[in-house]
Amino acid sequence: MRTPPDALIIGGGIIGSACAFFLAERGLKVEVVEADIAGGGTTAAGMGHLAVMDDSPAQFDLTSLSCRLWDQLADDLPAQAEYVRDGAIWVAETDDEAAMVPAKVARYRARGVAAEVVSGEQLTELEPQLRSGLAGGLLLPGDRVMYPPVVTAWFLDRVRDLGGEVIYGCEVTSIEERGVHTKSGFRAAGLIVNAAGPQAAELIPELPIVPRKGHLVITDRHPGFVRRQMLELGYLKSAHGSSDESIAFNVQPRVTGQVLIGSSRQHVGWDRSFDHRLVARMLRRACDFLPGLGALTAIRAWFGFRPATPDNLPLIGPWPRQSNLWVAAGHEGLGHTAAVGTALLLSQLIVEDEPPIDPVPFLPERVLT
Amino acid sequence: MSEKRADRRADVIIVGAGPAGLAAALEASRGSSSVILLDERPGAGGQIWRNATLAGPPQARRRIQQVATAGVECVWSASVISADAEARWLQVSTEDGSQHVNFGKLILATGARELFLPFPGWTLPGVVGVGGLQAMIKSGARLTAQRVLITGSGPLLLPVAALAKRAGARLVEVAEQTPAAELAWFTQGLWRHPDKLWSALSLRARFLSTPYRAGRWVQSVAATEGDRLRVCMTDGKREREVECDLLAASYGLVPASELGLMLGCEATPEGALIVDSSQHTSLLQVLAAGEVCGVGGADLAIIEGRIAGAAAVGREPTKWKRQRDKLRHFATAMGEAFAPRDELKNRMREDTVVCRCEDIPWGVVDADAGPRSTKLMTRCGMGICQGRTCMPMLKELCGWPELPVVRPPIQPARVAALMAEPPAPIHVVETVE
Repeated sequence: MRTPPDALIIGGGIIGSACAFFLAERGLKVEVVEADIAGGGTTAAGMGHLAVMDDSPAQFDLTSLSCRLWDQLADDLPAQAEYVRDGAIWVAETDDEAAMVPAKVARYRARGVAAEVVSGEQLTELEPQLRSGLAGGLLLPGDRVMYPPVVTAWFLDRVRDLGGEVIYGCEVTSIEERGVHTKSGFRAAGLIVNAAGPQAAELIPELPIVPRKGHLVITDRHPGFVRRQMLELGYLKSAHGSSDESIAFNVQPRVTGQVLIGSSRQHVGWDRSFDHRLVARMLRRACDFLPGLGALTAIRAWFGFRPATPDNLPLIGPWPRQSNLWVAAGHEGLGHTAAVGTALLLSQLIVEDEPPIDPVPFLPERVLT
Repeated sequence: MSEKRADRRADVIIVGAGPAGLAAALEASRGSSSVILLDERPGAGGQIWRNATLAGPPQARRRIQQVATAGVECVWSASVISADAEARWLQVSTEDGSQHVNFGKLILATGARELFLPFPGWTLPGVVGVGGLQAMIKSGARLTAQRVLITGSGPLLLPVAALAKRAGARLVEVAEQTPAAELAWFTQGLWRHPDKLWSALSLRARFLSTPYRAGRWVQSVAATEGDRLRVCMTDGKREREVECDLLAASYGLVPASELGLMLGCEATPEGALIVDSSQHTSLLQVLAAGEVCGVGGADLAIIEGRIAGAAAVGREPTKWKRQRDKLRHFATAMGEAFAPRDELKNRMREDTVVCRCEDIPWGVVDADAGPRSTKLMTRCGMGICQGRTCMPMLKELCGWPELPVVRPPIQPARVAALMAEPPAPIHVVETVE
């Protein structure tokens, strides 16, 4: 006989699993209902770069909180979570971009995040594979990388350790006051959290969350080719621009010695075809920065869908149109980083405790005005 | 939209120059169509007729010669790394770089690869696939005075045993896992295929001094101090140890259908491409022939290749269809007779490796998790072989209903090759004679 849980979380990705873990730690009896497998959606399609992002004060709050929480969890994560803190460099291609760096450094430092200005010459010392002639960059020595599917599975294991339930292959079709309808029947619950990522709007149509497709390529093992995560400073233009298609240099060394290459963004709905042309463009961009990349062997390429919102901020908090319904979705490309900050914020709001950061910019009610 | 044009084009491109691909190329070239035949090997022949130009059977040499004089453009040491069915191009990588080639029709004759079912010790030096042993010998390896044990399932054991004997091996034993009664039942049905029966008997005659035992299989293998292999053989009741230098094991073949799957062709759960009576796949512009449509041997592959080659240039090749159906029927019966027994799937220990590329032991695999979750959580199949070895193996061991989705590139490829702008889609007017 199933006793209805205090909280039913829709979605077993990084966001849903982290929320379930934080709520279970608060003593709630939780149940995670996942349509497919653990961490198999957006979670499996990203790079696992845990980044502090300074592009808006709210984003800065959420990502820096998250990174502090990640470091607290790091010792408990299994080795397969591949958690490393090798730092990241935001590379400035032009002098205009380099000129933005000192202000960024000041902003990071003001929030207690280590940051350094890097000159063009220092760039090639730090990363010898970068082409010469680049203008400089921003070094964030504390940035982290992890392997999201294993971290997701770890959260879900902890949920079960704490007496929670995790159900796979169970698709939620609609939400009502007392629980959710699934393809295999009704599941009652005290409160419901919609953490269904890019599918969140299928259950709450007012949510302005749309899929934003991205491709990734991974190489064979080439240890030491790059030493830390690198992105172009122009990345935010790609990430936040509203154009239908954009690419940016975004490369990451994995613990295995493999090089993970991104990134692309497309508004093409749920188009599940592999875009050879866009991947070619994305790789050419990466090669602009790392000329030696072309000689490496690519072994796999894939794509996924990010949950994008119009204001580039996730939706975290109560859904005003239903008293016991909560939302934790719409993280676009920052779900890996922001999962734990989101989970803490959401759980504090649910148990009516002091929120760790200002919740207002994230509240879902903003989409109804 | 990209406006780039392909580097070149052909009316028919055939991928794979084994028996099916060669036959398809010959048929397709009997008109005015331009035909390109590609293979990742340095020459024609495929797995079965490897090195055939030098030492192959007469019919192999004859076919290779005919293709060479028929105006077919042959491209060797060429791997297909990327493809788009709708835009009708293949990206082909050779030593000289990569090219995009447009096709009117594409014929997949990509063959099959060995299915290996692992057992404790299978990754030791000296343990090989039966097909691997065959390839070694055909590439010139001598086995003089080496003690060789051949085990597994299916008709491949016989020719390879004969070949090993000829290469100087001291054959210890040939052990067929299929029970003796099943084998007898299958053999007595062979009267309908006298050529097959004759072929089996004449192969057996070449290693008569070696015992051929049915209903026996490898349980595990360990290395001895003298650099030999100590193989634990069993019939399910009694175990017996056998020493040898080389242990070859094979449990049949699986279709090498990655290119077809990536293009979007429909396939069986085993990965065999589904074709209609004229060898068309579920895609109008893509045909398939030979083992990639289900394992069935060279004779069937040749017939299917002919049908596909003719159909690709708009001829209706009815005359071969009855023979094809008869051989297909035989192949199905054989597949059933030699299907691996359940005991072969229960030999694993916790520390037995399942994924060689990533060094993943069986103990971390959750048999119920399914292929995608297993890949994501354990890294099985994430290495340089792109899951070609471990995924079919795990499908058998875990009872998965199907294999995981194939991801591009189809073969590991230089990043530089994937940077090339793909061509714009071409428009082809369908013509049927």
